[in-house]
Amino acid sequence: MNQTISTRGIWRVIGASSAGTLIEWYDFYIFGSLATVIANQFFPKTNPTAALLSTLATFAAGFIVRPFGALVFGRLGDLMGRKNTFLLTLILMGGSTFAIGLVPGYESIGFAAPLLVLLLRLVQGLALGGEYGGAATYVAEHAPPGKRGYYTSWIQTTATLGLFLSLGVILLTRHLLDSDPATSIQKFNNWGWRIPFLVSILLVIVSIYIRLKMEESPLFKKLKASGKTSSNPLKESFGHKANLKMVLLALFGAAMGQGVVWYTGQFYAQSFMENVCKVGFDQSRTILIWAILFATPFFIVFGALSDRLGRKRIMLAGMLLAVCLYRPVYRQMLQTAEVPALPAVTRTAVDGGSQRIALENGFQYTTQTVSGNSIATDKQLAPGSYWIMVGLVFIQVLLVTMVYGPIAAFLVELFPTRIRYTSMSLPYHIGNGVFGGLTPFIATLLTTTYADNKLIGLWYPIVVAAFCFVIGLLYLSNRTDTDVTD
Amino acid sequence: MQLIKRSCGVVWMIAGVALMALLFRIAVQEMSNKPQIDTWIQWIVFLIVFIPILAGFIIFGYYAVTGEYDNI
Repeated sequence: MNQTISTRGIWRVIGASSAGTLIEWYDFYIFGSLATVIANQFFPKTNPTAALLSTLATFAAGFIVRPFGALVFGRLGDLMGRKNTFLLTLILMGGSTFAIGLVPGYESIGFAAPLLVLLLRLVQGLALGGEYGGAATYVAEHAPPGKRGYYTSWIQTTATLGLFLSLGVILLTRHLLDSDPATSIQKFNNWGWRIPFLVSILLVIVSIYIRLKMEESPLFKKLKASGKTSSNPLKESFGHKANLKMVLLALFGAAMGQGVVWYTGQFYAQSFMENVCKVGFDQSRTILIWAILFATPFFIVFGALSDRLGRKRIMLAGMLLAVCLYRPVYRQMLQTAEVPALPAVTRTAVDGGSQRIALENGFQYTTQTVSGNSIATDKQLAPGSYWIMVGLVFIQVLLVTMVYGPIAAFLVELFPTRIRYTSMSLPYHIGNGVFGGLTPFIATLLTTTYADNKLIGLWYPIVVAAFCFVIGLLYLSNRTDTDVTD
Repeated sequence: MQLIKRSCGVVWMIAGVALMALLFRIAVQEMSNKPQIDTWIQWIVFLIVFIPILAGFIIFGYYAVTGEYDNI
């Protein structure tokens, strides 16, 4: 029998879990969002070894360490309990993030600087690998049957909201350090970038306090009291066919496709706007912020809907729509960012012989000569085009909510309590950290190789999502497992 | 439906092997074209991460062929 708690109790559980998970996502994303600034401070291109460490920090943290963290902390969570483990991940993440904000630059302490930042970044990846499985399991094991999708969907908002918070804090800090915008940005690039790292410790301390007050998961307490916890969760999860086949199904039939849709709809959308459409730094981020703001409630909508219609139907519908809609949506994004055929109102000379041109509808851009051709860069879209772009990114984030809203409940229901933390964490972090995390790299690789085709990078998420859709359609069950006490 | 699930298992196994071969080929090509340490690091990381995943995909296909997913 699934032990559940009062409605007020479940909201305390959700609040305690979500607050900490949101902060962990924020901590992880600010590093990625500030990668260029951090690279200048710690990984100067003039030093090949430092540049190498930069590559390691970027790749190893996401690809290797997150799944490794899933194994390490998943195992701990199934041995020691959910609460203590995801308290530990929060302390590790908060501590390493704060420490990144304190590390002196390469110019001050030389080679020690990039080495320290690399180590701290690896700790971030490790902590994140252990956080999500714990938070989702913790909420799901408190939730009443029939509403697990709804209650766990609140945890599902935290990744996107963490991204939202990181973008917002960075933009605000970048513009508030000085009354002159250019000076403010310069100060931000010199030392202000540390502020988003340092302020997170306040939020982490509050989250730790809240989590310390929480009780252990009732299912885990019951399991421990009856002496039925697993003595070797890793071996049980991956060494026995009965569970390994479900781990593989969770990865190839759900998490893989969910990961690429998640990263495409948010990270690649922003990168595409900035690097392909040549929309300016601020607008490419505020467009994403608006889209996230409008779409976030749909995590709850689709999580709740999955309680009625089944997890499989919602997730696969999101993947199928992504496969069908990505190319037309991104084509429209390109068209929306094209320079309108309107007369210029002002032309201002800028550094390097370029011109800043403003059109009569408010569209602005800077001309830049690349390989003898004049191209438009640093575009500021006119209001109409801006909101069209928000709408196009909103569509993508909506697909994210479809594939991601139900997946926490889906993963929890696949695995028995004694090895749940371990078993659900690994496919999740491989799907998101590896398949999803590779999206920017592979898209860039394709775009560089086939430079004339600006939409070529989309084939990676389209093919992966299509594969996952077919596998999920054939092998996943749409039945919702109401009993997670097994 | 069971027949489709099992038949597709063969497809997944073949796809897993083919993707592994493709990954090796691209990795060797990229590392030869750009013999720099950070290119080597990137592609070695890809190989370390993706080979177990593709091995898992082949195992998934094997489980499908042997009917492990017939009654999920």
